[in-house]
This record gives sequence, structure tokens and C-alpha cells, in this order.
Amino acid sequence: MKNNVDQSWLVESATFSRPVIREIQRAAREGIYDIRGFGAKRRLPTFDDLLLLGASMSRYPLEGYREKCDTQVTLGDRFAEKPLVIETPITIAGMSFGALSAQAKEGLARGATEVGTSTTTGDGGMTPEERQHSRLLVYQYLPSRYGMNPVDLRKADAIEVVVGQGAKPGGGGMLLGQKISDRVAEMRDLPKGIDQRSACRHPDWTGPDDLEIKVQELREITDWMVPIYIKVGATRTFFDVQLAVKAGADVVVVDGMQGGTAATQDVFIEHVGIPTLPAVRIAVDALKDLGMHRKVQLIVSGGIRSGADVAKALALGADAVSIGTAALIAMGDNSPEYEDKYNELGTSAGFYDDYQDGQDPTGISTQNPDLGKLLDPDIAGRRVANYLRVMTLELQTLARAAGKTNVRNLEREDLVALTVESSAMARVPLAGTNWIPGFESTQ
Amino acid sequence: MKFDLTEQGIRDLNRFLHSPHSKESVIEVENPSGSHNVAVGALQHSQVMVNGHVGYYCAAMNQHAEITVNGNAGPGLAENMMSGMVHVRGNASQYCGATAHGGLLVVEGNASSRCGISLKGMDIIVGGSIGHMSAFMAQTGRLVVCGDAAESMGDSIYEARIYVRGKVASLGTDCIEKPIEKEHLEELKELLDRAQFNHSATEFKRYGSARRLYNFDVDNARLY
Repeated sequence: MKNNVDQSWLVESATFSRPVIREIQRAAREGIYDIRGFGAKRRLPTFDDLLLLGASMSRYPLEGYREKCDTQVTLGDRFAEKPLVIETPITIAGMSFGALSAQAKEGLARGATEVGTSTTTGDGGMTPEERQHSRLLVYQYLPSRYGMNPVDLRKADAIEVVVGQGAKPGGGGMLLGQKISDRVAEMRDLPKGIDQRSACRHPDWTGPDDLEIKVQELREITDWMVPIYIKVGATRTFFDVQLAVKAGADVVVVDGMQGGTAATQDVFIEHVGIPTLPAVRIAVDALKDLGMHRKVQLIVSGGIRSGADVAKALALGADAVSIGTAALIAMGDNSPEYEDKYNELGTSAGFYDDYQDGQDPTGISTQNPDLGKLLDPDIAGRRVANYLRVMTLELQTLARAAGKTNVRNLEREDLVALTVESSAMARVPLAGTNWIPGFESTQ
Repeated sequence: MKFDLTEQGIRDLNRFLHSPHSKESVIEVENPSGSHNVAVGALQHSQVMVNGHVGYYCAAMNQHAEITVNGNAGPGLAENMMSGMVHVRGNASQYCGATAHGGLLVVEGNASSRCGISLKGMDIIVGGSIGHMSAFMAQTGRLVVCGDAAESMGDSIYEARIYVRGKVASLGTDCIEKPIEKEHLEELKELLDRAQFNHSATEFKRYGSARRLYNFDVDNARLY
């Protein structure tokens, strides 16, 4: 503020706040909507609005550092001959080579493998580095089918049919020309330097009945060996989960609106879909309604950051979670170490979300070879592994405190809500009451 | 080798086609009766004769095999095919050749809507006509149509080439007619010969991308 104006009487509009004014003026100046990466930044009900009830008189806790609390999960044993066995219920979500550098993909693979969990390909296909460094690799089957081929399909440990993602359910994507290197162009069968549209719908099926035949096709091609996941962005979650089960999924993946993206319109990220918190509960209700809870496994994602988030997701009935943005942060994304570089890009550590630009100073969300070299896959892998270990230890700590010998024994009864909204969404009672808004309790 | 699908399951057929035992063999498939996923993921140099109509995704992700369907084919015929050849004596339903990377697909009859959608390198030759939105977002590869094309052909096409002998009801966004040069006549003749169609290459017109949508420009927003 210039000229030492007294600010104490100035009132900022809640409707036209400074960021809103700035965005209107940017739109007027540039004539194009804002495209960015990262996930939803608006305030939403989250797992922070739930608390776990530790053991006391009526529950028996387990000894920390001594008594076993199992974290192993089997995914996809409904039809597949070779289900996935992961050592921690935290997996790495699908992120494409193209959106991320080869070094970042390798770092994620190394980290996941070190702790015995799976990582996932993305739009653009499977890179040899990723396959080589991933003990368990989930191969995404996306609408664009970039890089899709039966050779890689048969190398996969599981196949994930992507119907949608939390950051943009109902939307496709666009990898902008500046991120299309020779290698990305070749993998996607398109010329270098042009925008690559990722379709919003699959090209060869249009509804759940078709999807059932599509799932059978993928099983036939892979001789019924590997699990088939179906991933949906969280919107009409109850119906989507039930239709996925009826289509023959071994595993359903539900991605809440906090889920990240490499390039999507800001208006889409912030205004479409439902938060992860209600999505988990609704998905579990859908599975229970079909009598398929624990028979078809549920993976949830979208804004998972800590072992506490994982514990609460599992307590609501999920079998595992996936992390994306948090894994990038673990590798160095938005680190203060790069503050000067972020400043040169007109941003600051903690705020960087221009994954679509390809100028990421950390070497993570770029195809610029010089920037990519800045990320050492070995160091990045160790950071991811460390982070996954910390989350797993946190999860075990909370589960033991609730008296659970297996993290999946956490249950809804172990939770209370801090807010009316989260109580209604998660259908757990408001702390200190028996009240669940909008739900008639039998208690 | 014969597979009668009234006695053996699809799984038996497909497993055989994935095994080394199918190499250089001739396989006849009887009574498909509209079954889905017939001969998917074949990966040996073999000849497969399917005597009857098939459902969804016949010959999907084929590698190397020569698959003939003596009947009609349901949606997703030869989707994501990599190599080899698929020949349908009758008609093909929606999305035939979707996202296919290589090899040759011949449909003697008509092909329904979205033929060659997101094509990634395969050649498709249709003896009859094609439905609407065919070659939508087709990236590379060639689509030859001896009959007519329905509305919005080649919408948002990239580098794929389309040759049509008959009428085109309308072109999709960013698809234009292009001059036909000697090299195009030569490649077209070669494709027609491979499909054993007797039309002259000079009877066809060529269509492809105007390349106006390759990099996002807000001034083009009204085109979408």
C-alpha cells in the first residue's frame, strides 16, 4: 500500500476478493480460461474433520513397536489368477510419462518397489524404465489409448480401466505442445510440438453394458491372469461403483475432487465432483448394498497426505488408498529449496501449480531434458519410500491405539466427526453426540 | 484345427491363439453366433476363419494373425490391432479399427459410425459406405471408402489420410479436401490391390487435416 494509507478501515469483499478481482482482470486481458495443474485448492470437508477414538476401558490397545499390526492387502482376487499383494495399503496413483519426466516416473517406481507397493502408468503408455523399476505396475487403459499395446498389456501386474479422475470427472485432457518431446510424440503416434488431446470418453464403448464386454476382452487378452480395476472420478459414486462391480471389476478406484492433475481448467478442478470424504463412505455403502464389500476391493484417492488420512479412509471401509500429488511433493515439488527458481516463474514454493507449462524447476513435471536431469531418480525414490514408510508407521500407530491387529480392522465405529458437514458426509456421529445429520440412527 | 463355439468356450479359442501351438496353423471357428471377443489378442502368424457373425471386439489387439469373418462383425472390430490382417465379408458395426496401430482391415460391406476413431497407423478399406463421425481424431494411418461417407467425417483429424470414392455428407471440424498427387494415387492403388477391390484410384478424393487446431488458439473456440 502506497503513501502510508491507513488500512484499518478497508473492507475486502467476500464476493469480490483480491484473487477474484485478479482473475477477472486476467481473463479480460488474456481471453482464455486458466489451465493449471495440482488439485482443488478451495476449502473442503476432509479427513481432518474426523477423529479416531483410541482404545480405553471398552477397547484393548496394542503395544506400540511390539505387537503386530498387519498392513498387507490383497487386491483383485475376485477373478484374477494373480492378484496383487501389497505390503502397505498406500499405492502410487496413475500419472503419465509426458505430464511427468522419465526421472520422476522412475523415482515413483523405485520408491513404491522399495516398500512393496504398486505404482501406475498414465496416459501415454508404459516406459521401459518404469516397468524395470516397478515390482508391481498397474497399466492404465485410458480413452486416448496413447501407447496402448498388447505387449505392454501382458507385462502389467494389473489393468486399470480409467473412466474418469477426481480432478475432472467428465473431462478429457490436453498435453500442451511445449511438453511434447520426440519421445512423447513417438509413444503417442502424433507429430512433435502439437497439443495432444486426451479424450473424455472411450472410443469403443459407451455404457456399463459395453464396459462389461470390454472388461471381458481385456481378461481374454491377458488370459484372466491379472486383476482389472475400474477408476472413476467421484460424482454419482453410489451408482458408478455398483455399475463397475456389475461390469466385472476386481477393484474399484474412486478419486475424489481433491485428486491432482497435470493440466485442467481451474473452473473444472474447483467446481466439479464431490470431495473424497463423502465419496469413500458412499462407495462403501454401494459395495455393501451389493454384498461385495471386501470381495471387490476399494481404493480411494484425492488429497491423501498422511497416515491419519489413510487410517480414516480405511476406517470408513476402503481397502487401500492412492497418492499422487503428495508423492510429487515428497520428491521435491514445491520445496523451498527451489524458491529462487519459482520466483523467476512468478510464483513461490507452496503455490506452484503450473505443471502444464513444462518449466518445473524440480525436474518433475517437465519434458525439458535439462530440467529432467535435475531430478535424481535414486534420491527421489528414496524420498518416496521414506514418505510411504512414515505414512505406514502413522497408520499403524493409530490402528494399534484403536486395538487393531490389522489396519483394515479399523471401522466406522472408531470415528467421530468434528463438524456437522463431515458428520453428514461420512455418516459418523458428531463428537459427543449420537447425531448423524440426515441419517436416522438405530442407536 | 477346429473350434466349435457351441462345444468349446471363447477362452479355449483365445488361449490357443496366444500359445506357440497356433503358429503357422489354420484355425476354423464354427458357430460363433454373435459371440463377443472372438480371436482377441492373437499373437502368432496363423490363419483364422470365423464362419458366422461375431459380436463385440472380434480380432482386437491382433498381432500377426490373418483373421477372416464370413459374416457380420459387431462393435469394436479389430480395435487397437497392431499387425496382421482382418477381413470381414459382411458389414461392421460401430468403431471398427478404433485406435489401431498397424496391419490391414478390410470390410467388404458397410462400416457403421466412428469407423477408424483415434486411428494410430492401421489401414482400413471399406467396400461400402461409412457412418457418421468416422476417423474422429484419427492420428495416422489410412482410411479408404469405396462408397459414401456420412456426416462429420474426419472431425478433429490429425495426420491420417482419408480417400472416399462416393459422396461425403459433411466434413467435421478441421477436415478439408486436399489435392490428390501422384504419390497418393500410388498408395491408394496399392491399398485397393491389397483389398482386391477393382476401383480406379482416380475415382477417389482425398481428405485430411487443415492443421488449424494443432495448437490451442482462443480465436478458434467457436469451431469446437
